[in-house]
Amino acid sequence: MRVALFITCFNDTLFPDTGRAVVTLLERLGCRVEFPLGQTCCGQMHFNTGYQPECVPLVRRFTEVFDGYDAVVSPSGSCTAMVREYHGRVAEVAGDERLAEAVRAGPPVYELSEFLVDVLQVTDVGAYFPHRVTYHPTCHSLRMLGVGDKPLALLRAVQGIDLAELPAADQCCGFGGTFALKNADTSAAMCTDKVRHVLATGAEVLSAGDNSCLMHIGGSLSRLRTGVRTLHLAEILAATRESPVRKVKSA
Amino acid sequence: MSDSTYLGMPPFPEAARTALGDTQLRSNLAHATDTIRRKRAAVVAEVDDWEELREAGRAVKERTLRHLDTYLVRLEERVTAAGGQVHWARDGAEAGRIVTELVRATGESEVVKIKSMATQEIELNETLAEAGIAAYETDLAELIVQLGDDHPSHILVPAIHRNRAEIREIFVREMGAYGTPAPDGLTDDPARLAEAARLHLREKFLRAKVGISGANFLVADTGTAVVVESEGNGRMCLTLPETLISVVGIEKIVPSWQDLEVFLQLLPRSSTGERMNPYTSTWTGTTEGDGPSTFHLVLLDGGRSDTLADRIGRQALNCIRCSACLNVCPVYERVGGHAYGSVYPGPIGAILGPQLRGTDTLLDRSLPYASTLCGACYEVCPVKINIPEVLVHLRAQVVDEGRERRVPKAERMAMAAARWVLSDPARLAAAQRTGALGGRLLSRRGRIGRLPGPLSPWSDTRDAPSPARESFRAWWKRTH
Repeated sequence: MRVALFITCFNDTLFPDTGRAVVTLLERLGCRVEFPLGQTCCGQMHFNTGYQPECVPLVRRFTEVFDGYDAVVSPSGSCTAMVREYHGRVAEVAGDERLAEAVRAGPPVYELSEFLVDVLQVTDVGAYFPHRVTYHPTCHSLRMLGVGDKPLALLRAVQGIDLAELPAADQCCGFGGTFALKNADTSAAMCTDKVRHVLATGAEVLSAGDNSCLMHIGGSLSRLRTGVRTLHLAEILAATRESPVRKVKSA
Repeated sequence: MSDSTYLGMPPFPEAARTALGDTQLRSNLAHATDTIRRKRAAVVAEVDDWEELREAGRAVKERTLRHLDTYLVRLEERVTAAGGQVHWARDGAEAGRIVTELVRATGESEVVKIKSMATQEIELNETLAEAGIAAYETDLAELIVQLGDDHPSHILVPAIHRNRAEIREIFVREMGAYGTPAPDGLTDDPARLAEAARLHLREKFLRAKVGISGANFLVADTGTAVVVESEGNGRMCLTLPETLISVVGIEKIVPSWQDLEVFLQLLPRSSTGERMNPYTSTWTGTTEGDGPSTFHLVLLDGGRSDTLADRIGRQALNCIRCSACLNVCPVYERVGGHAYGSVYPGPIGAILGPQLRGTDTLLDRSLPYASTLCGACYEVCPVKINIPEVLVHLRAQVVDEGRERRVPKAERMAMAAARWVLSDPARLAAAQRTGALGGRLLSRRGRIGRLPGPLSPWSDTRDAPSPARESFRAWWKRTH
């Protein structure tokens, strides 16, 4: 099976450790992962902010770059949802029938937890992470992709982990892409409640399948000097006794 | 496009900022939405085929809207045959004129009203007041809003922003000016407050010669109007007056009683969190010696035909005004209904308002952005309106209109620049190197506390991560 990693522009630029963790994890599970260097962005920021024509070249590039692979895996629920739910719409609105056909014919795109549980059919990925962790199910992975409790099943199988249930977990953290800038006050109010729930768990680490939400909640956790770290699901699942996550070494 | 938002309403973010600072409002809303969310979840969980019911609701609405012309003509025939009169109103102003003339023709100067979104949408009370006609709201929460000279902030529970101490104050202060005053020594005990409202309203019910309502549904096959309610005030308004005038949006139609059955299951569980609402009133034209002897049905377009023409936006017309989307919306829960600036707040308001009214005002252009697109609204909607999909669609409309004129230039330029960078991996790699350098200049210990210019709203309350020294693609190239 030819598996391509879609890192997302956001992770590529701001959270490369997540991408490295995905590669480590998938290789440990026996996959050969390829990273097509022509990839850039799924177009979500433009699409969700109302700039739909701007998405057309991004969607076209995506279909060209990932054409021919058996599966695409991405460490982001919201970017995966953008590709699966809306790439067809972008092509349709642009009236580009060839692009629409290319989108339809493209390989299946999986969010990381879906790929592990549904495609590789593993829940115990051989990870070791001896820390108290709570997990925030991001809105797009929860409601658009319907990943259900796959991420939690993966986390529960991690050796040494002390998994704490997050109260009101399904409430949005208030990120919402450009919402965080356009409606900064409401966004902050939502984030404050999420932070309150995270702190109530007593967790050292907040994890999620989207670094965008983690950047938002983590930005507030950091500003408030709470001492709680954020870590993408992939980085916890990649951690082993032999190579722990460097960022949490001191915890 | 004739119907306005509340006069002088600022764009959503500004109104939200004010609301977020109101600690009493925040606590009232958090308590009320949490309570009603739990109730809804409990009664929905009882229904084994809830998802099938939702799908049936969506399908009935879509089929009806596809053949709306046929059903509307059928309805008019049946209502007329049953002794009612049907009037067609292009917009709110026309509906207001029709109703005013109908009331004038009775010679009356006051009317009692059942809670109705359509009459609020067209600002009927204000129109009637200008003609010297007093319209009394008889729903308890609408009474609170009216006596408080306030705006409703929720579709189902319009006084959700008030707690009972505030309600007591309003009753004591205002009731006497409009009729039976509040009893002496009124406390904020809910039963005592309800009794005060009952005494105040009873006088109005018994005196009124004209009732004005909306309708939750219109059954085309028989020409029947349907109102579901909880307090019995509706039943009073529908049966006691001599003349009944119902103002109803053209999308409220269902073909048959079999279709109606689906919605009578979906609506109460979604809205009040009850298995069944206490009162369901149905009336077909007029009946000699039973209820009003004159019945007028005013069918309102008010932007609905335009909405119907939009392939993606038209699903907003499926709405049965249950308000489940408001109760689960994390934005609504924190800012309340007034920030949405019209009678339709919350997620449904953010897609319905800008479609019915158009996107001419700053407020209406801001509403499609009043959402994180978290999807909680879509998940609970009993008629499966994909609200996030419509929000994004309307954002595109706002941006496309603004390309010619009004969108802030900085955003458009930033989006164009981002598209240019993201269209080419070499440009992206170059931008990453530049960003990493800039980030290092701004950051302290891997965190950025203050971002420049348009990004500053982020760093007002949140630290930002420093761009990585080595991007993922740079690492991959170096190691593979």
